[in-house]
Amino acid sequence: MSEVPLNDSKLVGKAIRRREDPRLLAGRGRFVDDIALPGMLHAQFVRSTVAHAELASVDVSAVLEVPGVVAVFTAEDLELGDIVAQLGRPLSEFVPTAMPVLAREKVRYVGEPIAIVVARDAYAAEDGLEAAKVSYVTLPPVMSEEAAFAADAPLVHAEAARNTLVDVSLFATDGIDGIFDSAPCVVEVDTRTGRQNALPLETRGAVAHWDDREEQLVLHTCTQIPHQVRTVASRCLRLDERAVRVVVPDMGGGFGQKCVVGREEIAAAAAALRLRRPVKWIEDRKDALSASFLAREQHYRARAAFDAEGRILALDADVVCDMGAYSCYPFTAGIEPLMASAEMPGVYQLPAYRVRGRAVTTNKAPTGPYRGVSRPQYVMVMERLFERAARELALDPVEIRRRNVITDFPYTGVNSITYDPGSYLESLDLCERSVRAEGWYEKRAAAAAEGRHIGIGYSCFSERTGYGSAAFAQRKMKVVPGFDISEVRMDTSGTVTFTTGTMNHGQSHETTMAQIVADELGLDIAKVRLHQGDTDRITYGFGTFASRSITIGGSAVRLGAAKLGEKLCAIAASRWGVAPDEVELAGGAARRRSASDVLTYEEIADIAYLQAHLLPKDIEPGLSVTATFDVFNDGTFSNATHACVVELHAGTGQVEILRYVCVEDCGVAINPQVVEGQCRGGIAQGIAGALFEQVTYDAQGEPSATGFMDYKVPTAHEIPDVLIHHLETPCAFTETGAKGAGEGGTIGAPAAVLNAVNDALRPTGVELDDTPITLETVHRALNGAPNRELSA
Amino acid sequence: MKPAPFQYHRARDVDGAARLLAELGDDAKVIAGGQSLVAMMNYRLARPRHLVDIGGLRELDRMHRDADGGLRIGALTTHHTVETDPTGVLGAGFEVLRRAMTWIGHLPIRTRGTVGGSMAHGDATAEWCLLAVTLGAEFVVRGPHGERTVPAGDFFHGYYTTALEPDEILVEIVFPRPAPHAALTEFAERRGDFALVAATVDLDVEGGEVRGGRVALGGVASAAVRVPEAEAVLTDGGSFEACAAVAAEAVEPPADASGSTHYRKELVRTLVRRACEEAVSR
Amino acid sequence: MNTDPVVTHPRLQLITLDANGEQHDVVTEPRRTLVDVLRHDLRLTGTHVGCEHGICGACTVLVDERPVRACLMFAAQAEGARIRTVESLSEDGGGELSDLQRAFTDHHALQCGFCTPGFLMLAEGFLAERPEATKEEIREVVAANLCRCTGYQTIVEAIDACATARRGACVTPCGGPDSKEH
Repeated sequence: MSEVPLNDSKLVGKAIRRREDPRLLAGRGRFVDDIALPGMLHAQFVRSTVAHAELASVDVSAVLEVPGVVAVFTAEDLELGDIVAQLGRPLSEFVPTAMPVLAREKVRYVGEPIAIVVARDAYAAEDGLEAAKVSYVTLPPVMSEEAAFAADAPLVHAEAARNTLVDVSLFATDGIDGIFDSAPCVVEVDTRTGRQNALPLETRGAVAHWDDREEQLVLHTCTQIPHQVRTVASRCLRLDERAVRVVVPDMGGGFGQKCVVGREEIAAAAAALRLRRPVKWIEDRKDALSASFLAREQHYRARAAFDAEGRILALDADVVCDMGAYSCYPFTAGIEPLMASAEMPGVYQLPAYRVRGRAVTTNKAPTGPYRGVSRPQYVMVMERLFERAARELALDPVEIRRRNVITDFPYTGVNSITYDPGSYLESLDLCERSVRAEGWYEKRAAAAAEGRHIGIGYSCFSERTGYGSAAFAQRKMKVVPGFDISEVRMDTSGTVTFTTGTMNHGQSHETTMAQIVADELGLDIAKVRLHQGDTDRITYGFGTFASRSITIGGSAVRLGAAKLGEKLCAIAASRWGVAPDEVELAGGAARRRSASDVLTYEEIADIAYLQAHLLPKDIEPGLSVTATFDVFNDGTFSNATHACVVELHAGTGQVEILRYVCVEDCGVAINPQVVEGQCRGGIAQGIAGALFEQVTYDAQGEPSATGFMDYKVPTAHEIPDVLIHHLETPCAFTETGAKGAGEGGTIGAPAAVLNAVNDALRPTGVELDDTPITLETVHRALNGAPNRELSA
Repeated sequence: MKPAPFQYHRARDVDGAARLLAELGDDAKVIAGGQSLVAMMNYRLARPRHLVDIGGLRELDRMHRDADGGLRIGALTTHHTVETDPTGVLGAGFEVLRRAMTWIGHLPIRTRGTVGGSMAHGDATAEWCLLAVTLGAEFVVRGPHGERTVPAGDFFHGYYTTALEPDEILVEIVFPRPAPHAALTEFAERRGDFALVAATVDLDVEGGEVRGGRVALGGVASAAVRVPEAEAVLTDGGSFEACAAVAAEAVEPPADASGSTHYRKELVRTLVRRACEEAVSR
Repeated sequence: MNTDPVVTHPRLQLITLDANGEQHDVVTEPRRTLVDVLRHDLRLTGTHVGCEHGICGACTVLVDERPVRACLMFAAQAEGARIRTVESLSEDGGGELSDLQRAFTDHHALQCGFCTPGFLMLAEGFLAERPEATKEEIREVVAANLCRCTGYQTIVEAIDACATARRGACVTPCGGPDSKEH
């Protein structure tokens, strides 16, 4: 037997220190704005100052007179192909619309790029913007869902009647109307959620240059989807894909906003091609807040029927998502309504379901994915429905959930989705126990007796992660993401480099993926190195979103490492003249079972590369393997229960979060510290959406937020510490047992906060259903109505 | 978000700075800590052609008590210096200033931002403007034709405008008498934001009894304002609750995205009461 | 189309900056902010730009040992001052991480790492001035900067742990709540 037991040295499951930290802590990370190339120029964009207009003229002649300005290009100058996101759905369900790289003929939101100014530095570029003269023939802007649907509404896109880009009606269980008619309890909510900015702290940006030697455009850009950017760049610029190389440096967050192809990065690349000089574009915060991709502005009208014991009987929902001016690539304007429509039943055993999901186009900055995509909203709506039913039926809010969560797995829902095993009930019970153990119910009662307002709120949810090709194909996307490919290679010094098609932007892939490979090969993690984010080095990939990296990418990586391991075993076995299953890998070496023979990886690699004549005929030289992974079922569901305790302050309307508890289950946690980091960060963003952040527009379409004074990202003062409990229901079909962990925090928080606020407001009789919850709303609720008797 | 071009001038002394300002005319602007000005310039909301940097005039970075017990603060004293009071000049009499500093932005703003810069900027919600109005500060101002002193009541003219002439420099702020029973409090959506409403009171307390006091508000008008109606309640021996209610009644704050007039009036009521309670407990 | 990049801009000026103990002569337009000059002229790219209006704190550096927003200063204003950036933190300027940096990695106080240099310099300046800071004071100071990834808890914990360890390591008692004598 081998003297090195494999299991004792396993890294998966351990909170090892992150590989990416030393360089980031020392200021030696390399972000896109850190790139400086000889002769590099700097770009900024002339942007629309009106929300909806025909472009009468774009006169950029004076721009060239500005000191330091080198060039300026309009759509007419560059003649680029449009960015067009497609769904394979009939026109009655989806209307494809083109997003030109620079506006042509029409502008559709304040901040839309019209011309690119290229100058010797960012200061001169901004001087140049001021010299551009754009004449508009203004059109009435469409600034709300109601305005968009109006019979005489102006059209944002001529081809989209009633300004509707997506309109799907799904499921419609037989007899659902009868269920509502006869149910003892029917509750409704009408909920609107604010338009948010995913707000990576690093704004978007790119550095593009033409490499003559490779005959290739090199586009350094901070994107979550490098290969999809390559596809769009090659189409818009009319280059072969080979002639475009997308390279992603360190990335300062993305959260979905960098998961779509930006028009500015394509325009910067076009300018670099024209000028044959490197061109850098770094989005400033004003543009990032007002003119990038936003998210989350949704309107739900939902009703649910319950029996007398509080069991849900039916759900009927109408979801309208305000997607702004354009469909994003590759997801399209369907991203939010399709997600909401398919997944809304969530963790509950729902017998009957009907949903209509629509995407409406308006004269606001376009929307893209944002951490959680629709789930923070529909979970909030579901949780409000349950809270309301609990009140009507005089049930405890936790008890009504307990009676409804899915407990028998696999469970195939009314939405045709099969849920793999999770800990829905266990997480709910543990979360409630945790809150009770800290005495919050007693504190709530004591506060009420003093006329103070403490409330406790819960939210239960699951999150589909590890969407494979099958699941995305159901959305009928023309770009069906799903699989991932990993190449794993060992060199003659016995060290491993491996690739993934996923794209780290804070999720710690350099560490967690290396943990998986090191374990699989019994290799010191210091000898394992990940490469990602370079379309010339990575076979193909769909990047990082939908909590797919560890589930899909981590599985491909593990399969690749295992495949390499098989080859190492085979070579060692051939040297010893034994069957490969007589060989095991541990401690950086192949070891012969029941013998003391050892071949180190260096020795095997030496044979594979430098002594290939020693290899048997059926083993190819070299140590490079490729593995792919895909999920062929509905994916794997992480789950969690959140609890939030708030105190409302009558004098100011302030919502103070006193406690936050999260019980999460993401299957096997590759690195528990990283999982906790994802939870905490996600919860902070969910709280931000519930209480602080919103972009609004005035009637003319001018956005409210061009800075952090107006777009109120919460600080350490507003975000509470989070107590996290872990449960582990391993996934049966990912290679590591892991489920995704990237988005859950964001999904659960708005519902928990809103429910807690409503619990605290219980004596007032006021219920709030919209987010963000404003100070004034809470103040009015606490002071507007006369004090009623406090309930227990 | 890069500023428009300008020419940079570094002042060697106050008189030189004033002369330079007089020469350069309306296109020049003084920069001290720059914590408001640079942000506005980055947005190109301010675009002076000339910047006169007085940041190097160390003689304006001092705090001391005068013979009458008043406090004299050089214009270039940072908020952070007041907050940490390294020479211990504030004492109980001006403890209110030290405590008020924690409301100004955050530490890295307070290390650069100056008392004089804040006063000269004249933001309607600025803590220093409010303190000056409440505590009856005097502003020592120097121009090409010499020095003059402006009382706080005459200094703030409205949104970002003050009594300073374009060629004048604020050199010193004098708080003439200690205010041991004063307090500033405010409320914003996030800690460190500009206040939705800020309130300051300076109570006259004799033998444990409140005999009167001064009440001022920020964020309710185009500049920090005293509220004589609320002060009258204090003089008449009314309760803090009554004082706060009268203050709320007396003002008509403009509505904006952060809150309606009604809500801001309610904040006035809450904050004046809180400020009174804090002040009397000192 | 004019593609000539050589256009002389008026009003360049020579300034000398002391960054991390090194003197740098920079010919620059006076309108260039300190953070742009540090990053693009001195190539000290560890300091980041997040908002250019003084709220996010990604550009926080030390000027005369005090944390400041490098986007709210023109480089010309920093002449004669000692500037320290994140690049100065590692002991010997590039090798071992400092105790503060190690605390950040131990507590997983960074994810994407973009805001991290700003938080490090904020903490470096603050702890130098207030080594006895309580966790609540640390939280107030951490509230000066924005982080989108961590939810702040681990940043507060990292700085608090570093401060606690420093107090414990004092040869003479520091008088902090957790100080230990050796």
